[in-house]
Amino acid sequence: MATPPTALPVRRSFGQTMRTDAWWVQPVVVFTVFTSFIVYSTWAAFQGTFYWHENLLSPFYSPEIWGASEHALMERSGAPGWWPGFLPYSPAFLILWAPVSFRLTCYYYRGAYYKAYWPGPSACSVGTPRKEYRGERKFPLIIQNLHRYALPFALLLLVFLAYDAWNAFWFENAAGSKEFGMSVGTIVLTLNVIFLSGYTFGCHSLRHLVGGGIDLLSRRPIRKTAYDCVSCLNARHMAWAWTSLLWVAFSDIFVRLCAMGIWTNVRFF
Amino acid sequence: MESATFKVWRGDQEGGDFETYDVDLEPGYVVLDAIHKIQAEQATDLACRWNCKAGKCGSCSAEVNGSPRLMCMTRVEDVAGDGPITVEPMRAFPVLKDLVTDVSWNYEVKAAIQQVTPREPDFEDGSWEMNQYDVERPQEFRKCIECFLCQNVCHVLRDHQMHAEFAGPRHFVFAAQAEMNPIDVGDRVAHLRDDMGIGYCNITKCCTTVCPENISITDNAIIPLKERVVDRSYDPLAKLMGAVFGSEKG
Repeated sequence: MATPPTALPVRRSFGQTMRTDAWWVQPVVVFTVFTSFIVYSTWAAFQGTFYWHENLLSPFYSPEIWGASEHALMERSGAPGWWPGFLPYSPAFLILWAPVSFRLTCYYYRGAYYKAYWPGPSACSVGTPRKEYRGERKFPLIIQNLHRYALPFALLLLVFLAYDAWNAFWFENAAGSKEFGMSVGTIVLTLNVIFLSGYTFGCHSLRHLVGGGIDLLSRRPIRKTAYDCVSCLNARHMAWAWTSLLWVAFSDIFVRLCAMGIWTNVRFF
Repeated sequence: MESATFKVWRGDQEGGDFETYDVDLEPGYVVLDAIHKIQAEQATDLACRWNCKAGKCGSCSAEVNGSPRLMCMTRVEDVAGDGPITVEPMRAFPVLKDLVTDVSWNYEVKAAIQQVTPREPDFEDGSWEMNQYDVERPQEFRKCIECFLCQNVCHVLRDHQMHAEFAGPRHFVFAAQAEMNPIDVGDRVAHLRDDMGIGYCNITKCCTTVCPENISITDNAIIPLKERVVDRSYDPLAKLMGAVFGSEKG
């Protein structure tokens, strides 16, 4: 590298800036929404109850690998035998690590939560609190480089969520057989998988893996098409990230309140 | 708007402070017009760098109300508020005088980056066959006018002053332009990781926000380069695939 310049301007201290706009609004909003989501999703995951209602399954619990509901892949009450007895059990614990690791290492979220929580920096052109800076070159943040390893699990979850949405179209009738229909819950779970797909399929790592690492993409028509599709979604990655985050929380709230009998899953036909 | 008050930073490497100037405005004035008027009428020794006054030379970079901007592309009415409009030099580089900074470090960093290294020509006349689709990706990066606003807003340079270890967004754009060129056979991944310090970037996207050419610096240059570094340095599976099947660059 070139010889670094000397006599640089004196560093500004934490929060110091000449900006005159409301630069603090964005990090405050991000902090508030993220924190609210983390608190609610943690609470919801620990409940282990009211996570399904008839043909609806909360996305926080999908796939329900081991649980008491009719949606469970292995319909059993209580925790699996190998689960440590001293830990509380909820079916959500078996799957939530996948979306959490995907979002935690997501390129968009990294920038957003570094600003909101770190803060490094809180906003552009605003002084940072610390002198030492390690970036994503050293432990622990070097782990962020393995975002692509969280991707297959996030993609697999979409299959199960799509199945849940499809399942939400089928209602049990008086004769005990299934009939096609639509309710508010059907729309909620369908939008949920659409928003999550828009977010997951716009992933920067996916964009690289399907074609971004190749400079002569025109010679690979299938990968070129995939790259174009992912790039299209990637251009709105932030919007998909927020919409899907808020909607997945709302989906759980909807199913939970229906299961508790507070809301009614109104059926259209 | 008939007049505006400007607080312009005056000084050099020894220090300085803001000085206040009241400027009579004419319709359509940009900040650079106001600075020139101050120069002409009130402070003839005020130093500022400018050239094209059309947002294409990248010379008049400064901080207007704390945000990095080209003075020639910033209309006064867009930045005028209740208080005075502040104009100060970029903070990631040494001040020479008033609004002029020494950005020569950038040219040294750029010189160390491997230029486009073309493969053997496809035709006897020394030309190559290139598909427009493949050309368009690096073409975006060639819009860069080297205003260095992205360098200035990047906290790694601006606040942490890690010029010895971090090249900054402008140079990642330059490296991406070469690395993604369809006829390039060069390899910059190790240089990006070890010398240019791409791992210091934590995706705040401030560089993208201030770019006057609207280059998607973070999404189209830095993150794709980071992913190429991951292929070679951090992803054991990709390393194994690369060892067995070779680079997928082409």
